[in-house]
Amino acid sequence: MNDTLEVTDLRVTFRGGLVAADGVSLRVAPEETLAVVGESGSGKTTVARCVVGLQRPDSGTLTFDGQPLGPVGRRPPELQRAIQMVFQDPRSSLNPRMPVADLIGEAWRTHPAAAPPGDRTEALHRLLADVGLDADVTGRRAGDLSGGQCQRVSIARALAVGPRLLVCDEAVSALDVSVQAQILRLLVDLRRTHRLALLFITHDLGVVHQIADRVAVMRGGAVVEEGPAGEVLGAPRHEYTQALLDAALDLGVDE
Amino acid sequence: MGGRVTAQRPDGTGAVNPPPGTPLLQVEDLVIDLPDPQGDVVRVVDGVSFDVPAGTTVGLIGESGSGKTMTALAVIGLLPDRAATGGRLLWRGADLLRPETDWRRVRGHQISMIFQDPLAALNPSLTIGRQVGEILRRAGRPRAEVRRAVIDLLDRAGVPDPERRMGDYPYEFSGGLRQRAMIALALAGNPALLLADEPTTALDVTVQARILRLLRSIQQEGLSMLLVSHDLRVIAHVADQVVVMYAGRVAERGPAAEVLRRPAHPYTRALVASVPAVRTRTALADPLPGTPATPAHRPSGCAFHPRCPLARDRCRAEVPPAREVAPGRWSACHFAEEVLTP
Repeated sequence: MNDTLEVTDLRVTFRGGLVAADGVSLRVAPEETLAVVGESGSGKTTVARCVVGLQRPDSGTLTFDGQPLGPVGRRPPELQRAIQMVFQDPRSSLNPRMPVADLIGEAWRTHPAAAPPGDRTEALHRLLADVGLDADVTGRRAGDLSGGQCQRVSIARALAVGPRLLVCDEAVSALDVSVQAQILRLLVDLRRTHRLALLFITHDLGVVHQIADRVAVMRGGAVVEEGPAGEVLGAPRHEYTQALLDAALDLGVDE
Repeated sequence: MGGRVTAQRPDGTGAVNPPPGTPLLQVEDLVIDLPDPQGDVVRVVDGVSFDVPAGTTVGLIGESGSGKTMTALAVIGLLPDRAATGGRLLWRGADLLRPETDWRRVRGHQISMIFQDPLAALNPSLTIGRQVGEILRRAGRPRAEVRRAVIDLLDRAGVPDPERRMGDYPYEFSGGLRQRAMIALALAGNPALLLADEPTTALDVTVQARILRLLRSIQQEGLSMLLVSHDLRVIAHVADQVVVMYAGRVAERGPAAEVLRRPAHPYTRALVASVPAVRTRTALADPLPGTPATPAHRPSGCAFHPRCPLARDRCRAEVPPAREVAPGRWSACHFAEEVLTP
């Protein structure tokens, strides 16, 4: 039960009647990666937003480590820290005028319990090294960094408070192809070294295969198929999963 | 003002009859300089050359800062006013970069463009039918004929029930339908070359597959295409030839199937390796270090050298010229032979 995310019968209806989540149930075990795939309007981002507490569900329950997950502001600090989010566009989720050191420091100010005792510089450098950044970026402003560097800073900021579940919403979709591979590799490494569970929201089936243990396929607010990534993508049972696979492009050079 | 003095071909390019077999479009040593916000001139495109033969689709692939979009904008005369250009853009043998080019007679009639975001490219306050028919109306075609042509164009682009949907506004169309409407609009002037800049990037995968199928059927009607994309998979599915750009220069070019199967440049090789397979579980590729070089901070010698596993002293010192390393295969790598035969 420890550190398990449980989402049960989640329902979210937006004003105007759009049903974004229609009875979604999901489970993410400790140190496991669950990919949620779907097209626009499938409800995958709504699920992510409910898990991090940015969206209030109409009904259903969300728990982590057995504790109920309310709106982010009402969560006890240790629960806030336990679940962190990495967004799609690092350039708009980081204040472009803030130096990297302050961006990370802000996370420690928000969660003093997670702040390193004593000299923070060393802790900061260690954190940056964890995400593959040199110590000399500490004084640089987010706006002067590349997209890949920004995403590394976002990940470092999430790691700064010692999370156990990282929710990644299209975290590599906006990056250049060659940088995308770096960030995927980084997430796979961090998951092992920091013993993280990942809830990985994506539209890209190719990415799913590289990173996920299990996959949930969403359409129209509902999970249509769920299971081990190899089984779901290797022998899909639902026709929509098959349609997604048929539409997904391979390079087609080794076939 | 008086009329033109010089004799002008109806296509407005001043082209004389080019010899048979001349490529539709020849990009020759294209250079584009743009001032950055500080006023420093940045060479965003640095000596790019490739051909688009009639009836073929050329894929222009690159990451941010590669210059692929600037190259496409130059071909359709939409570079910012402050851009300075060099080299030649030969359209049926006549140079489009000359100041005499009458772009109003080229754009839409000879060369059309479709963009990544159809919502931004379409006028929100005009019906789809009105926009698709614009170029025909301006040509003075009678109303009933324009209407028939619009219905036919929308139908060709796969817009269902075109007679009714032509009265809709862009906001009433889904993303995929908007892209179809934009393709209909681009085809209205019966162009010979279609420029497509990331035409499917903003679309869902199932919609993307349908738009790519549409583009392939348009190819089969004999239209040439210059397809700009960061997505190797899209290029692999549509392009006959591929031009790989890095930091404003051509890294390699050649037949798409050969380039993707057996790259002749380490950058192409890394790009191909970073494309995940969908149906089989593949190991995570060993990613390239660093981020794509930008023209404003182009490294010395080969711009790719700081990220290249094969880099040595010569790569830091000498800009590698593009050379033919196998029949039809051009690579701007000093050690292309090593890449070709690992």
